Amino acid sequence: MADIRNDFVGIKSPNPFWLASAPPTDKEYNVVRAFKAGWGGVVWKTLGEDPPIVNVNGPRYGAIWGADRRLLGFNNIELITDRKLQTNLQEIKAVKKAWPDRAVVVSLMVPCEEDNWKAILRAVEETEADGVELNFGCPHGMSERGMGSAVGQVPEYIEMVTRWCKANTRMPVIVKLTPNITDVRYPARAAKAGGADAVSLINTINSITGVNLDHFAPEPMIDGKGSHGGYCGPAVKPIAMNMVAEIARDPETAGLPISGIGGITTWRDAAEFMALGAGNVQVCTAAMTYGFKIVEEMIAGLSEWMDARGHASLDAIVGRAVPNISDWQHLNLNYVTKARIDQELCIKCGRCHIACEDTSHQAITSMVDGVRHFEVIDAECVGCNLCVNVCPVENCITMEPLAAGVVDQRTGRTVEPTYANWTTHPNNPAARVAAE
Amino acid sequence: MTDGPFKEGIAAGRLAPQDYAGNFADLHPPFDRHEAQVEADRCYFCYDAPCVTACPTAIDIPLFIRQIATGNPMGSARTIFDQNILGGMCARVCPTETLCEEACVREAAEGKPVQIGRLQRYATDTAMAAGRQFYDRPASTGKRVAVVGAGPAGLACAHRLAMYGHDVTVFEARPKPGGLNEYGIAAYKTVDGFAQAEVDYVTAIGGIAIENGKALGRDLSLGELTGGFDAVFLGMGLGGVNALRAEGEEAAGVDDAVGFIAELRQASDLAALPVGRRVVVIGGGMTAIDAAVQAKLLGAEEVTICYRRGKERMNASDYEQDLAAANGVTIRHWLQPRRVVAEDGTVRAIELEYTREEGGRLAGTGETVTLAADQVFKAIGQTFEPAGLNGSGPSIAMEGGRIRVDAEGRTSLDKVWAGGDCVAAGDDLTVTAVAQGRDAAEAMHRALAR
Repeated sequence: MADIRNDFVGIKSPNPFWLASAPPTDKEYNVVRAFKAGWGGVVWKTLGEDPPIVNVNGPRYGAIWGADRRLLGFNNIELITDRKLQTNLQEIKAVKKAWPDRAVVVSLMVPCEEDNWKAILRAVEETEADGVELNFGCPHGMSERGMGSAVGQVPEYIEMVTRWCKANTRMPVIVKLTPNITDVRYPARAAKAGGADAVSLINTINSITGVNLDHFAPEPMIDGKGSHGGYCGPAVKPIAMNMVAEIARDPETAGLPISGIGGITTWRDAAEFMALGAGNVQVCTAAMTYGFKIVEEMIAGLSEWMDARGHASLDAIVGRAVPNISDWQHLNLNYVTKARIDQELCIKCGRCHIACEDTSHQAITSMVDGVRHFEVIDAECVGCNLCVNVCPVENCITMEPLAAGVVDQRTGRTVEPTYANWTTHPNNPAARVAAE
Repeated sequence: MTDGPFKEGIAAGRLAPQDYAGNFADLHPPFDRHEAQVEADRCYFCYDAPCVTACPTAIDIPLFIRQIATGNPMGSARTIFDQNILGGMCARVCPTETLCEEACVREAAEGKPVQIGRLQRYATDTAMAAGRQFYDRPASTGKRVAVVGAGPAGLACAHRLAMYGHDVTVFEARPKPGGLNEYGIAAYKTVDGFAQAEVDYVTAIGGIAIENGKALGRDLSLGELTGGFDAVFLGMGLGGVNALRAEGEEAAGVDDAVGFIAELRQASDLAALPVGRRVVVIGGGMTAIDAAVQAKLLGAEEVTICYRRGKERMNASDYEQDLAAANGVTIRHWLQPRRVVAEDGTVRAIELEYTREEGGRLAGTGETVTLAADQVFKAIGQTFEPAGLNGSGPSIAMEGGRIRVDAEGRTSLDKVWAGGDCVAAGDDLTVTAVAQGRDAAEAMHRALAR
């Protein structure tokens, strides 16, 4: 059996699946249910200073759906915890005492003054919690008050607050980053410069999930008005993974531990984040959609995959994909693929044809000898993968590389066995000639 | 004398009064909004979709399903009605399992096609319940067209002609319009007076007058019609029923399945409708299934369909055969009727001969079996009765016992088109009749506009 125990900046948990700071971790009742269900840890919903904030009393959440109303994207305008600080601290202490093998990290957000941070860190230390996460990501409400993403969007503030926290606590400090920036490497570098033990990302993305066309107002609509909310769920996973990868491969932050967050729903999602450099993962939307039981699938699925592939422990997978993340200019231009349609699997829906015909390269037939038949025309196929992506049957269309020495029917050129990229391509005005 | 299902002979009231409504309830209850949404989401929006190709009226099925999925059932209904103004009935009675749903790529992918028929019903019901009319009749062209028969072909033809502003008079032999939709389809496929509601919906466009009780050859002649109108469409269906060609078939209790189905559809009180305790239905098509299943639902104890060839040759689809079996009807193959056994002129049993195929030809084996029966239904096909057609002018050309038409529905006579079951090109499907009526109307309009 693969060992999926997790050690993240010294915080130990029986598995790498933590619940992210969010409604599921707002109180003891929910967290105890989560631990009973098998979650390895939680990041307690963000604590602030008393008096507690207030939430809207209308809808807090919006969503977009795929076929069969499967929830694909989710947003919220909920703020940090609206319960008294002392209540949360007492419950955190009780939970940690009852569940010593689970990770309990506390998310924090207070005004940008060192004394405020100092005070709350002292209070959290008394709970015996395993660490803190600085919420520099929340993009709505709190940011209007100079907290959350208002801090996370200014690298100097990140560095400053992180430094205060490191100076005032023995606990590991995880800095949670906002994706609502242009280049995530800058805030990550700032966190590192401030002494952060780790970063976690992504927090939610500024979003409007829909517009109510009867009222001409954004959803979720509060008395005829709407405010942008924080977007999360499966739809944000690609954005989150890119940001994780950017930090993992940036020479300035390489090796900085990352807790991956963003649309993780299955064991596979988690494995992908970890391959891109995340030391563990945090989950919220999937739990809010299906309940805590999903962690059983995550644990079993990750273990099964690791066993099948001979990965003995999480160390064997974390960051394994990082060396394969490349700049575009270094991709091999001599790698030539053609789409191949498995006629046994083809159900003849014709979507590959019409997608290619209308919007791409006219490289798939719809009729051959008077019979409905979908086949790739190699002389037109650029290997773009659109047909693979629109085909409803998995593995029916695959991209097959041409072997070296074969003539590409489209270009008339023989496929070279060597690697060649844009930097030396004759069409590149800035091409560097290989050194003599 | 026993009661209920065990009453000997042909008797009414075999069931408890409250059981009739349940037995004859909607075969496929309509989708509610959620069900329609879930099912619509399954459509792949295929290119040059095979379901459209398989539909005789070529409804743009992926488009209408996408319109349901995007919350536009009215637009969806219009997409359907653009091609098939009787889309509501076709949604109920089409053998979709051998048409659009057989062609659905999800049938190939997973053996479960998108339920196109039920989605079509959802969309058309939505529009019809709201009384939404999608077509305006333009100013009258002054051209007058006679349509013979207010069945699917005639109604589709009349509606398309009205869309072009022609004035249409429909002559219907029976007391009510609708044709087989009103008289010839199992009650559980079209409940709550849908056939008449659909006639009202179709004729609401205006410019269509229906005259009931006017039969060609009895009340009108083709010569009068061609003389009095600018064009004529013949869509009178099939009036005759094939004989068993079995000795003694004139015995009481040997009835036409189509007559039984019509009587059942028109009955105001199903409990008053008599049916045999032991019923044998001879035939292998939809009519045989409709008669057999409804006989069972009326309380017949034993119902047996006897078909002279094998299962794969039956015109009734697998779905229909399964429906019969699920309702307790026994289907026996390779049996042909030989003799009706009667006592005092009343059927008591039917003697059938086993058959087999010899070099592609059907032959009796000589061996026989006798099934007790107090009612025998003939469902071995209907025939066109040309008697009403000719005699009042030049004869119309026939082909295989039905009216010969070209690809546009034009007969051998000037100004006369035809469609539906009475033409040689038909396949005895409602949806095909609709397509033929519609296409003939297009051709008639082109001719009238010249």
